Amino acid sequence: MAEYTLRVRRQKPEADDRGPAGPYWEDFEVELDPTLSVLDGLLQAKDRQDGSLGVRCSCRAAICGSCGVKINGQSTLACLTQIGEAQERANRLAEKTETAAEGAGNGNQPIVVEPMGNMPVIKDLVTDMESTHWKKIRRVTPWLIDDGNPPERERIVPPETMVDITQTIACIQCGACVSSCLSMEADPEFIGPAALAKAYRFVGDPRDVDTEARLHDLAQDPHGIYDCTHCFSCVDACPKGVAPMDQIMRLRRLAGHDHDIDDRNNGRRHETAFVKIIEKKGTLDESLLLQESYAQGIKGKLKPSKGAIKGLLGSLPTAIRGIRTGKMRSLPKLIPGIHPKLPGDAQDHVKRIYKHAEEHREELNLYISGVEDDPEPSDVVQLTEGGSEVAGASAETTNQNAEERRDS
Amino acid sequence: MATNLKLAYWPGCVSRGFTPELHGSMALVADRLGIELVELDRANCCGAGVIAEHNQELADTLNARTFALAQQTGLPMMNICSTCQGAQSECQQRLDANSAYRAHINEILAEEGLKYEKGKPGFSNKNFLWVLVEDYGLDRLREQVKRPLTGLRIGPFYGCYIVRPRHRLGYEDHPDRDLYLEKVIEALGGTVVEYDGARKCCGFPVVTMNRETSLRQAGTHVGDAIDAGADALVTPCPLCHLNLDMQQPEAAKIVGRDLGLPILHLPQLVGLALGFEPRELGMPKHIASTEPVEQRLAAAVPA
Repeated sequence: MAEYTLRVRRQKPEADDRGPAGPYWEDFEVELDPTLSVLDGLLQAKDRQDGSLGVRCSCRAAICGSCGVKINGQSTLACLTQIGEAQERANRLAEKTETAAEGAGNGNQPIVVEPMGNMPVIKDLVTDMESTHWKKIRRVTPWLIDDGNPPERERIVPPETMVDITQTIACIQCGACVSSCLSMEADPEFIGPAALAKAYRFVGDPRDVDTEARLHDLAQDPHGIYDCTHCFSCVDACPKGVAPMDQIMRLRRLAGHDHDIDDRNNGRRHETAFVKIIEKKGTLDESLLLQESYAQGIKGKLKPSKGAIKGLLGSLPTAIRGIRTGKMRSLPKLIPGIHPKLPGDAQDHVKRIYKHAEEHREELNLYISGVEDDPEPSDVVQLTEGGSEVAGASAETTNQNAEERRDS
Repeated sequence: MATNLKLAYWPGCVSRGFTPELHGSMALVADRLGIELVELDRANCCGAGVIAEHNQELADTLNARTFALAQQTGLPMMNICSTCQGAQSECQQRLDANSAYRAHINEILAEEGLKYEKGKPGFSNKNFLWVLVEDYGLDRLREQVKRPLTGLRIGPFYGCYIVRPRHRLGYEDHPDRDLYLEKVIEALGGTVVEYDGARKCCGFPVVTMNRETSLRQAGTHVGDAIDAGADALVTPCPLCHLNLDMQQPEAAKIVGRDLGLPILHLPQLVGLALGFEPRELGMPKHIASTEPVEQRLAAAVPA
């Protein structure tokens, strides 16, 4: 047993005899085993100190997804976070520098518990998930659209065509990813990590017949798949290993590459321009990337879209400032396309890598394949002989390691 | 006296592109600290997550090539870009997870006489920030300080790719990696400024796709740091620098307020404390004027 202080961000929906409506902080001293959860701590405080403390929970075993909160600033489930670990993190945050440590004094620091972000608070730790979670989930048509001919029994699909979407099926709709999403913080209209992961669940389903239309919809929406900034917040927040950002990147691969969808957000143009530049130059020609992201190729320049003109004109003041300070005062930065390529035969090797990777286009999902145990089996790595055999064997030899899944 | 560090050095694209002051200041600072850098001039772009969203195997192979080039030197590898760190760590995680996949990728690298070896003794890939704290050491850094940054109030700005996801970036073994900037600022004699945006996203990856969302993020964090009393921000990521510094006047328009906060690259902040002049560190190249930093330092040092 150990003592902890839970510093809870509470919110009173209405004024009462204890004060006006609004948010405030309150500390609760609790005593429990360090291996028990922050949720256990909150429930003890509610039970022994203040029955009005609002916290939503049900299963207490990371299955129902009800107790999403922020602990020490990190969006997660209260039932899945051991209070001892939360204490360690709270102490480290408070003592990050020597000055801070002196100010913090000795002993344990309060564990900060807040309601989830990007959602209105109803009371204390209970948020309203309707506007930024459920509404967006419904936005992506979260059901199977079949071919309209119901089979006599069930639809049979080969298991290997479904295995990839098991990662998104693991979602328990807790909203931790939505709470942590930094794009949504700046753009509340962003469809967001939970709903886009749900969208991939159906885009990747071999029984769904609306793949193309779904991808068009998600790529063309100004707040769709190209609104994600790669910040990895949702990957860290998800208690079930869904890695919503990885699903958004899958949707981009499918939309931009496999279905060739030329979206109005410059998403595909930016991606293909980037990829082509590295094939030709090995390192990034930023001026060329900027130009090609807006107005791609000869056609894009002869008949630029309104968006392209706006984008290019919009970046002019920045370029002029860069030239003025000397940041961009060199020919390769002023003239797109004359950026030097890699020395010697290095660029040729990069081109060969492109050819090889475009031919094979292997994707390794660690959630599915798991992580191999050490040490490296030396007999598998045969660079000079039997290379193609080794390549072909990759899918079969992956190690199914269920225990690793939740962590990966 | 600890032994001198010698590292295979991947400077990335942006440090030689739109943030040339980063590449220059890193060279000066490494030399002064006694860190020998062997530049990987044949290595290629990390893909910044963009190539991976096009073709995962392509991104993995390109980064395997960079690792293999570093492994050829027998030295640990250092980068100076949070984005390189994150994109390369992601590929390395996949390469290390599966020997058959690794063999498949090594098959094409073999044409250049290269091979990426998992767990090769002595090989690692670390951002300059991690090298500074874990390998160089904060005590040793303190000894090198010629001009303590006394009175300078600095906000850390990490860049997403160096703080998330924690399981991929070695936080099990180094749980304080997202607190290192604070430790470095203090070791150099500066004062750490707490503000909301330190570990948030600068917005840069979507600047050509959703300019408003992108610049709103940059503008909000810069504004929050100003409100918290910061004289400057420091970042180990040149892509963050592009949105926080180069785009700062545009971000100011989006968030509807005056900004004007100097944004320093990590080697520049270290360089100032080591006694280099702002001009040597390329600070006049910045879009947001760094004069407030210079004035603050001049006021602190007795003439």
